Amino acid sequence: MYYILKQIAKTGIVTEPAPDADAGLRLIEQRLGDAILRRFGRALAIRHVDAGSCNGCELEIHAASSPHYNLERLGIKFVASPRHADLLLVTGPVSRHMETALKRTYDATPDPKLVVAIGDCGCDGGIFGESYASCGRISNVIPVDVAVPGCPPPPRAIMQGILTAVSALRK
Amino acid sequence: MSMRLPGLPVEAQPLPGALAAVHAHVSPGAVRGVCEAVRGERGRLVSLWGSDETTRAGGYALHLALALPSKLLWLSVPLPAARPEFADLSDIFPQADRMQRAARDLVGIRAVGGDDRKWLRHGAWPEDVHPLRKDFDAAKTFPQEPDRYPFVKVEGEGVHEMPVGPVHAGTIEPGHFRFSIVGEKLLRLEERLGYVHKGIEKRFESMTLEQGAKLAGRVSGDSTVAYAWAYAMAAEGATRTEPPARALALRAVMLELERIANHLGDLGYLGNDVAFSFGFFQFWRLKEELLRRQDQVFGHRYCMDCVVPGGVSRDLPPREAALLAERLDTIESESTTLKSIYEDHAGAQDRFIMTGQVVPDLAERMGLTGLAGRASGQRHDLRVDHPVTPYAQLDVRIAWHGRGDVAARVSVRFDELFESIRLVRKLLDALPQGPVRAPFARAPGERRGIGWVEGWRGDVLVALETDAMGNVHRVHPHDPSWQNWPLVERAVLGNIVPDFPLINKSFNLSYSGQDL
Repeated sequence: MYYILKQIAKTGIVTEPAPDADAGLRLIEQRLGDAILRRFGRALAIRHVDAGSCNGCELEIHAASSPHYNLERLGIKFVASPRHADLLLVTGPVSRHMETALKRTYDATPDPKLVVAIGDCGCDGGIFGESYASCGRISNVIPVDVAVPGCPPPPRAIMQGILTAVSALRK
Repeated sequence: MSMRLPGLPVEAQPLPGALAAVHAHVSPGAVRGVCEAVRGERGRLVSLWGSDETTRAGGYALHLALALPSKLLWLSVPLPAARPEFADLSDIFPQADRMQRAARDLVGIRAVGGDDRKWLRHGAWPEDVHPLRKDFDAAKTFPQEPDRYPFVKVEGEGVHEMPVGPVHAGTIEPGHFRFSIVGEKLLRLEERLGYVHKGIEKRFESMTLEQGAKLAGRVSGDSTVAYAWAYAMAAEGATRTEPPARALALRAVMLELERIANHLGDLGYLGNDVAFSFGFFQFWRLKEELLRRQDQVFGHRYCMDCVVPGGVSRDLPPREAALLAERLDTIESESTTLKSIYEDHAGAQDRFIMTGQVVPDLAERMGLTGLAGRASGQRHDLRVDHPVTPYAQLDVRIAWHGRGDVAARVSVRFDELFESIRLVRKLLDALPQGPVRAPFARAPGERRGIGWVEGWRGDVLVALETDAMGNVHRVHPHDPSWQNWPLVERAVLGNIVPDFPLINKSFNLSYSGQDL
């Protein structure tokens, strides 16, 4: 126990300030009212769905929970079921084999809900494009509020996308 | 210039390129005999795939990549168009099963006597359609059908089924796990993968050899350097391009950094999965600091697109090499502290030890490979067994363990983490001078190339063939997860359901890499 506490004390706090929302990432106008946004901003439950990614974006979503970014301190946490979620964080392209699962996950998420598409593939199909096996961008399958480009987008950009989705910033 | 292989009934041609590899044609009737001989010499099946040859020699082909003690053997087996069939190989190499089923789904070649269930096909295309056939238009789509996969049913008093996925509870790739349980105990696990099949192999065929490098780096994002290097090795072999020595050393630096970063991440998550979140925060802090340094010196946090056919995309000046070395010093000293904290933590060790065991005999029989294989006594590491430049000069110390449980996979990760730090230091101390990129030639016609790289998870293979015009005829990337997924089904038996996430994480296999 002594060595654990010593290591914690030696490490200190490495968490950095969170990025600001960026209206440029919006695909569609904010649909939620100010009263709801005030709550979402402080207690947001996210369900992550990998709809076909190469797992590069997943590395950076994990990193967003690491001490430098510490997403959870902003009241944002990942939950185990879409039924508990306010926001779906989706990576893709959407493979045709995941199309039904993604639609069902979206339907299982209670309204009001938000969707943030992560990565170049989520934004436009990326290098995999559209084919017999890939539906391409996330918005080809479910409505998307905010899209974050990058291959993969770094954790700060992912945080910014999430914060934009729950901000009152207009497009 | 053909050669005979000791103990094997084949005439083989050496394949040009960095790797000691040979290619041979054998008839469908002879393939089982060759496989039995290879198995008898303790050789391994590395990969199995199919190709459509109707646009050139005619018919189809089955391909096998087999690891012999001193070289890699690529076998091609021509199959007639009217009956593209071969005898099932899964009794010789159990790991052939899912690969044979994938080859049937994608190319329409069939293993007679094997498991006839589909594997990579779900409901996106019909049974009689094979996307990797040359006359199949990649843009064509079909109405979705239900998957209707015939899972094996376990029956008996008190047995019930627990379906999990494809959308999991954590931030993880999609796949379906069908558990049959009694109380909390796991009686059987059946995996259903293929959810992230996104047509990677078909996509390669619409790209130039150079463009393909970017796609190879995205077969499994966490192994981007391993795939990009394996692809580059294959493309360089096919085109007789010789990458400069400095580029090869820098590729090895990046590959070892990829191993360090992934091991740090996994060690953190293995702590997290036994409710020791201190471990997650500490290791992910170290990982993040390494990724930032990689971004600074290589221009990308994961070195994506840094390995290119012909060399690497940018040089590492001495000042930046020093920054990298300095970061590794910190990681080494902090990881040493964290290792002793992990080892002294009774709660963590209680969860790790004797959980999710794969004993060495089973690992050998089923072909468990890579990191998980080494934790189950399978002492294979390409950097030692089949070293290419610069590994031949590095004297890599293989990490292994005999118990095959979660604790063994934790232990191998720690050992490899420290060994990779030593290797990067050694490489940086003696970087060859000179250019980092050679001009990449075009393939002058029908050529073969093969690349084989020990990624952090295990051995990644890329097999490549060009057509008469020098364009891509077929690219097959192979992930070690093909071999290891079936052993996760075995490792969980008799364990309790709450230990599944821990066991699964201790393997940390790729879905995208096997779904393609």
